[in-house]
Amino acid sequence: MFRILQVTLLLLLAVAVNAQDVSRDDIRGLDEQIQDVKKDVIDLTATLAQLEEKLLFPSNTQVALFVSVADEKPFELESVEITLNGEIVAHHLYTYREIESLQKGGVQKIYTGNVQAGAHPLQVRFIGKTPSGKDYQANASYQIDKAVGPKFVEIRISGTESEINFKDW
Amino acid sequence: MRIPLLSAFSGVAGVSLRALSFTLCSFSLLSSAAQADDEKEELRDLFFGAAMYYAHQENYFDAIVALDNELAQYHRLDEPELDPFSTHLGQAEFSVGDLELSYRMHREAGRAIEAVLKGNVSQEVRNEAAYRLAKIHYHKQQPLNALHALEMIEGRVPLRVRADEQFLRARVFMELGRLEEAVELLKDLKGEESLDGFVEFNLGIAQLKSGEEARGVLELTTLGKRRSSNPVDQALYDKTNLLLGSHLMEAGELELARPYFDRVNLEGPFSNRALLGAGWVEARAGRYDRALVPWRILQNRKGTNEAVQEVMLAVPYAYGKLDVHSTAAINYGRALDAFGREIDTLTASINSIRQGKFLEALRRKEATQVQNWVVALRNLPEAPETHYLLDLMASNDYQEFLRNYRDLNDLFERNKEWLKSLTAYEDIISARRAYYEPLLPQLDEKFRALDARIKLRMEQRDQFSNRIEQMLVSRRPEYLATADEQEARLQLLQLHKEISRNPKGFTEETRSRLARLQGILDLRLSTEYHQRLTEAYRHLQELNIEIEKLQTIYRSYVRSRQAATHSYTGYNKNIQRLRAQIHAAQQRLEMLMARQGSMLEALAVEELERRRSQLESYQIKARFALADSYDRANELQEQREDERKIEQHREAQPETLPEHNPPEMEASETENNLQEPDEVEPHSETQTVTPPENSPAESEAPEIEGDKA
Repeated sequence: MFRILQVTLLLLLAVAVNAQDVSRDDIRGLDEQIQDVKKDVIDLTATLAQLEEKLLFPSNTQVALFVSVADEKPFELESVEITLNGEIVAHHLYTYREIESLQKGGVQKIYTGNVQAGAHPLQVRFIGKTPSGKDYQANASYQIDKAVGPKFVEIRISGTESEINFKDW
Repeated sequence: MRIPLLSAFSGVAGVSLRALSFTLCSFSLLSSAAQADDEKEELRDLFFGAAMYYAHQENYFDAIVALDNELAQYHRLDEPELDPFSTHLGQAEFSVGDLELSYRMHREAGRAIEAVLKGNVSQEVRNEAAYRLAKIHYHKQQPLNALHALEMIEGRVPLRVRADEQFLRARVFMELGRLEEAVELLKDLKGEESLDGFVEFNLGIAQLKSGEEARGVLELTTLGKRRSSNPVDQALYDKTNLLLGSHLMEAGELELARPYFDRVNLEGPFSNRALLGAGWVEARAGRYDRALVPWRILQNRKGTNEAVQEVMLAVPYAYGKLDVHSTAAINYGRALDAFGREIDTLTASINSIRQGKFLEALRRKEATQVQNWVVALRNLPEAPETHYLLDLMASNDYQEFLRNYRDLNDLFERNKEWLKSLTAYEDIISARRAYYEPLLPQLDEKFRALDARIKLRMEQRDQFSNRIEQMLVSRRPEYLATADEQEARLQLLQLHKEISRNPKGFTEETRSRLARLQGILDLRLSTEYHQRLTEAYRHLQELNIEIEKLQTIYRSYVRSRQAATHSYTGYNKNIQRLRAQIHAAQQRLEMLMARQGSMLEALAVEELERRRSQLESYQIKARFALADSYDRANELQEQREDERKIEQHREAQPETLPEHNPPEMEASETENNLQEPDEVEPHSETQTVTPPENSPAESEAPEIEGDKA
């Protein structure tokens, strides 16, 4: 009885091994095709993004605002609100991953829009806290001088110093 | 028991290393990112920072798109070295490779890194590239290719990847069976903070595999004695203990094995197998009462776990060994109930997968938002019981399939959104066309008139400017005469001409009057020349300002005019082409998703069927064992009944009876007790002799109603 079981098991194993051999090739082939399609979709997305930018945010009116965190000490940014020309154009609540990304040096493109050439008032407000739970918040104003080309402004938040700095790029 | 415990051990070196390699792969990404962060490199390109914002969130697709775009723009520049992005170029190129690797685009990652290797870069950069290429090969389970890549490294390796490179080299050696070299490398790496625990684990395994049994055990024991509040670290220590405990039990070192199982955290992912192992150590030593302690704990845990299901048979088996047959029968009965329920769940799960519910759940939005979504999806109606798939899902291949499937679905959804966007763009374009086209001809007409006036003014300005320039070289007071003075000057000139043509026709008084008038005019022009010149220059500058304003308006108009035209012309063909490309990509994505999905389904069904057949086999064994327990319980009951009758008989008969039972009764009792273990179930004979190798699940089995027993 035991021998019969052993033989059956061996046969089953042999079949399983063969099946695995075949499927291993299938897996490799499929994986390569998936890599190809990923590459193609990445290229396609880049083209589409360029088209979108050209169509929706032409360079003569484009203004883009970026948020970065300057803190050396741990600081958790909770929310940022941006008012451009007296209108709230962005209000962002940060997830843990986003906070972590900002802390590692990532820069968030928080708003892209269109404005005429000229001066535009910008107000920024942030709320955040340190890991110990101490709350920080600050407001700051800035004037965006929009010229012919696209305008990029970095909003650099120093949370623990309740400070916001602006940089034209 | 044999299969789970053996796989627990034999798998460690192979499977766990692969699992570790996966962990370490992402770990190295993170650590390099952290190190890069530590270096506090100032951001010189805003868009590089924006790409890294995605990368740090493991949003690989968007990060790759952004970085590819930046790199392509950079390489299109005439003098790229002047662009601020050049500061981040090296990091960007490596990051793309890393991100592509994380996005499971090994070939692209390989190509990107090979491009760096072929480029004109320093040896240090080349070494880092070679290391990264080796990592890709290792990740693709091609250790020989990984070694070839590592052999390209010459001289100094950048500090931030030096330890990782050595660790990778050691693991490659282990994969290739060059264990002594691996051991040497790993010994050197001990104390490396970023690889703490992983080095010791691999060193212990390498030593065990290379025959340095005592050293390997010592290394792993030291590691296993550690404690950490970090669940990842603790899981490694638990795994180490489980590995060693199983290894020692297999080697028959039962007394040594038990503490290792005891050290495994009771709440950790390896606790079930540790409790099972701890019980088997005691059972193998014949201490069934002590075996019951961990087994009873395990018995009350999640019923879908393989160890828990096994222990459902192990517990009554131990009770049987302790001659508590009624309790054994109750437990066999419970096991049978549980197995029956689980078999139904498994059958329903298999049907659910075959109906496509599993893939449907994987495609839901929560899949990317909820941690451990695959486990959580069991809560959805008609979704399969994913707890049975945990082991399968922990395997690298299956993880890869799941991620690929989700990636494909994500790409499919993104493309769907793009298709919607393209339709919206076409609407925008037609709205713009409808607005601008009727306006532009009138605007152009007005513009042309304005343009003519601007040109005239500019010509006048140029003329005026030329005159002033001439006056700076030679004095020309007449240029600065007012309109009246000019007129007077011309009249005087005319009169002078007439006098010279006909001198006798004019009186002396007229001639002297003319000369006086000429003198007055010349005097005025001459005396006021400097003041007038200064004023003229000032006027020219004012005029220039006005002209500049006109030109600004002119340029602004031209730009607006162009922008208006560009806002709706030249897009249609582009959009049509892109739409066709998206449709083609969607077809490919659908086809690949179907293939990947069917692989996922097939493997899941295979796993569930395996577990179902295992449970069915447990069920059969439990039924036999239950019947046997009943028999034994009945026998005991009968014995007790007989004893009671004898007692009654004794009481009824006043004369003294012999103190001992008759010899035939003694013989029957002894025989029953001796035969008991072997009569549990015919197949269980060999398995009960070596419990750790043959699970009770494979041996005995009950079918009972608990209350009967």
